[in-house]
Amino acid sequence: MTHELPLWGEITVTIFLVVAGLFALVGSVGLVKLPDPITRLHAPTKATTLGVGGVLIASMVYVFANEGRVSMHELLITLFLLLTAPISALFIAKVHLHLRERPDTLPEAPDSVGWAGYAADGPARGVRDVPPPEPGTTDTTI
Amino acid sequence: MISRFLPHPLLSLTLAIAWMLLVNHITVNSIVFAVILGVVIPVITRPYWPDMPRLRHPFRVVEYIFVVLYDIVKANVEVALIVLFKPNHALRPAWITVPLDVRSPEAITTLAGTITLTPGTVSCDLSANGRAILVHALHAPDPAAVRDSIKQRYERRLKEIFA
Repeated sequence: MTHELPLWGEITVTIFLVVAGLFALVGSVGLVKLPDPITRLHAPTKATTLGVGGVLIASMVYVFANEGRVSMHELLITLFLLLTAPISALFIAKVHLHLRERPDTLPEAPDSVGWAGYAADGPARGVRDVPPPEPGTTDTTI
Repeated sequence: MISRFLPHPLLSLTLAIAWMLLVNHITVNSIVFAVILGVVIPVITRPYWPDMPRLRHPFRVVEYIFVVLYDIVKANVEVALIVLFKPNHALRPAWITVPLDVRSPEAITTLAGTITLTPGTVSCDLSANGRAILVHALHAPDPAAVRDSIKQRYERRLKEIFA
């Protein structure tokens, strides 16, 4: 195994790495810039997917150009990433629903049965005493 | 007979392929072990799948995966542009209620995951009777359009995939 890549390999790997780095950076910028927790949630779940995806593609191209075989581990990593990202996003969203929203600040569920997160066992302990910020105002608590 | 040893052929195939990907090269050893895993795991976990989901059109799954992958790339670019160039006061975040036509838990899970992975939307909650998803959109000047595109693009396809 050498560490000399053919020129096309070097160019492709570089492009994917730079693009991936840019998207990861933008995701982090979004985390700082967006106004409140629920909108901040959007930046890392999206931008990071493509950031990591780009690194994985670069890795596949590198292995192919370097050793002439197709590495499949990256596909698995992508798969696990795509399976787990929505779950952590859902957890953060649930926390937001319980800490910063009330059922009456959300749109009504059809058939007026309410949202499952609130139907479970009444209010979560100790969190409803703090009124959620008015919609449209900047959230300064975090 | 086949249902006894291969209660879930697609799950067996997925497990075998996942094992081959983990091993990362093709030898007789790894193929044999992949087959063993593909047969044994579905048999052992059979009691945990009381209602096995049936895929009506397995090949539509491939189409669905490519549609979602394309949308993920699009989502990344859109969210990146919003983050970089839209001042916070011009953002129009919105809660959107998406009424569901699909009923099977697997289809709803897939739809919720897809919504989170794609353009500027995160699925946050399910209504207590499981007939609607609560979605938060990062920038949705027209919430109805977002709802319709979710139903058109993803739910219609999932309805065809899950019987």
